[in-house]
Amino acid sequence: MLQGHLDILLIAIVTAVACALPGVFLVLRRMTLMSDAISHAILPGIVVAFFLTESLSSPLLILAAAGTGVLTVLFVELLQRTKLVKEDAAIGLTFPALFSIGVILISRFAGNVHLDMDAVLLGELAYAPLNRLKIFGSDLGPVSLYVMGTIFVLNLVFILLFYKELKLVTFDASLAAALGFVPTVIHYGLMTLVSVTTVGAFDAVGSILVVALIAGPPATAYLMTDRLSRMLIFSAIIGSVNAVTGYWVAFLFDVSIAGSIATMTLIIFVLIFFVVPNRGLIAIARRHARQKWEFAQTMLVIHLLNHEGLPEAETESAIADLHEHLSWDPGFTTQVVKYALNNRCVSREETQLILTEQGRTIAQQALVE
Amino acid sequence: MENLSILTHLDYTLMIVAIGAALLGAVSGALGSYAVLRRQSLLGDAISHAALPGIAIAFLLTGSKTPLILVLGAAIAGWLGTLLILSIVRLTRIKYDSALGIVLSTFFGFGLVLHTLIQRTGNANQAGLDTFLFGQAATMLARDVLTIGILGGIALTVMLVFWKELKLLVFDEGFAASIGFPIRTLDILLTSLLVVAIVLGLQAVGAVLMSAMLVAPAVAARQWTDRLRLMVFLAACFGALAGVSGTIISSTASRIPTGPTIVLCATVVVGLSIAFAPNRGLVWDRIRQQRNRRNLKMETSRY
Repeated sequence: MLQGHLDILLIAIVTAVACALPGVFLVLRRMTLMSDAISHAILPGIVVAFFLTESLSSPLLILAAAGTGVLTVLFVELLQRTKLVKEDAAIGLTFPALFSIGVILISRFAGNVHLDMDAVLLGELAYAPLNRLKIFGSDLGPVSLYVMGTIFVLNLVFILLFYKELKLVTFDASLAAALGFVPTVIHYGLMTLVSVTTVGAFDAVGSILVVALIAGPPATAYLMTDRLSRMLIFSAIIGSVNAVTGYWVAFLFDVSIAGSIATMTLIIFVLIFFVVPNRGLIAIARRHARQKWEFAQTMLVIHLLNHEGLPEAETESAIADLHEHLSWDPGFTTQVVKYALNNRCVSREETQLILTEQGRTIAQQALVE
Repeated sequence: MENLSILTHLDYTLMIVAIGAALLGAVSGALGSYAVLRRQSLLGDAISHAALPGIAIAFLLTGSKTPLILVLGAAIAGWLGTLLILSIVRLTRIKYDSALGIVLSTFFGFGLVLHTLIQRTGNANQAGLDTFLFGQAATMLARDVLTIGILGGIALTVMLVFWKELKLLVFDEGFAASIGFPIRTLDILLTSLLVVAIVLGLQAVGAVLMSAMLVAPAVAARQWTDRLRLMVFLAACFGALAGVSGTIISSTASRIPTGPTIVLCATVVVGLSIAFAPNRGLVWDRIRQQRNRRNLKMETSRY
């Protein structure tokens, strides 16, 4: 039993990390939805290869499906190049058509064969460890762990080898082209990897949730850092955390593992979205609040400076009447005065508000700027 | 005699399904035009997937399988998903495509979790999820067609009432904002109309293929005209055409699912439009190029 848990957990983690790595470049290059298109469009490739090999885990199946994925990318680009169809529409046309062909093929010819639509679309991680790799009778572990492990290593090696090229093509494609890096080659290399990864992840999570693994962790990491290298590492870590927490939630409530991992992806994304320093929602809200008080305080000291030493100063800086001179809400005025007093920008003398040295500097600076 | 009654019965069912598919095609074609023009073609894909948890929660809360309640749940979830996408794009530096991908897949995953939860209580059958994914056009009843007709009609009427505002929103959002149109409200209105079209279509073609019903007729119509009015009208016609022809083709042989066939019909219409539409079509473009080349050759050979 424990071995079963460990197997599933390992497969989940390796799949998540393998998906997150190429996902970083998809997210940065605004091509996330290409993975959605690929994951659906490879269905006819899988079906045809399945008819030929009659096995869902043969290497030929993965190759045929990955080939279909690359064809999809090619097709979308051809459609775009006619200039008659925009990119989003080209994606939206291509993958439903290919997917439809796949569904019709399955229901027309595969009625008696074991090719379950649900398995293709939704995957079932719980069954993944059942299919084991056996050589000379000794059990070496689940097949999908080896498949995803190989794909993970492939992705890692590709990214490490072509890190500089990928970075340049991602952030400045025209400079890359001018320097002779051939963006097209890198692009198709990346797309081939995405296709292979998607096909590999099928078994475990199905075609719809692959997108959660590919887009979720990189987008979450993108909220946290500006550096590509850190984004890659963060994505891998976040992907693993999603996989582990998702798996335990699924185990606790006895629900779909893949679905639970996707749900955790959303929860962790939203969590980071709120709490990340500087860019998170909470940080932004606090900054806005602080700016509001700072601005009001500046207005107050400028008002006091304007009338300082003049005959009307006595009426203009009376605390009780301030809200009328500044046309503020009385309650708000009281709070601003308190804020300014706390900051030692003003001091109180009986009913009057007097500028301190610090307050005068702030007001003068604000007027100069 | 018995044969005849079966035949008329079949024809009646087929007719109902064909009418339903035609209505759906028309509604999603017309509303899809706006999505395609705003480069939000894939929003439909996201909304249709995001609807799953809504259906599951509606079922968990009410315990009923009444289509109207489930449709309401789907609509609310789809709508929430869209709002989340819009706020992610507005508040972070994450781009539209990633926001779409995250919402699409994680909402769907959450729906899957709820679905397995329902299944475990023994309350529902697997068929529910299959219907959601692939639709079941063949089981459409006269009652369903009536629902599609009424809700679709309302959506199209709203579209016509706000014609001018939506047109401005699609073609020049900045200008619309500058002369005081409530952009945010209009955006939400348009999205809500899309949600209606999508939720109606779920039953016929399912979540996975629904995006094609929004995109394909609109892209086909775009090739034939530069005017919004004509484009929306043509897209509705193409959608209806795809609905009817898909239904008829899938009824001619056994084991051809209706939804995918409708989508393939719509794709064929797009292919023909891209190739043959006057002015923009690829074939005319090629002919024009060759004529120019010939003319140029004649001109230059004179010297």
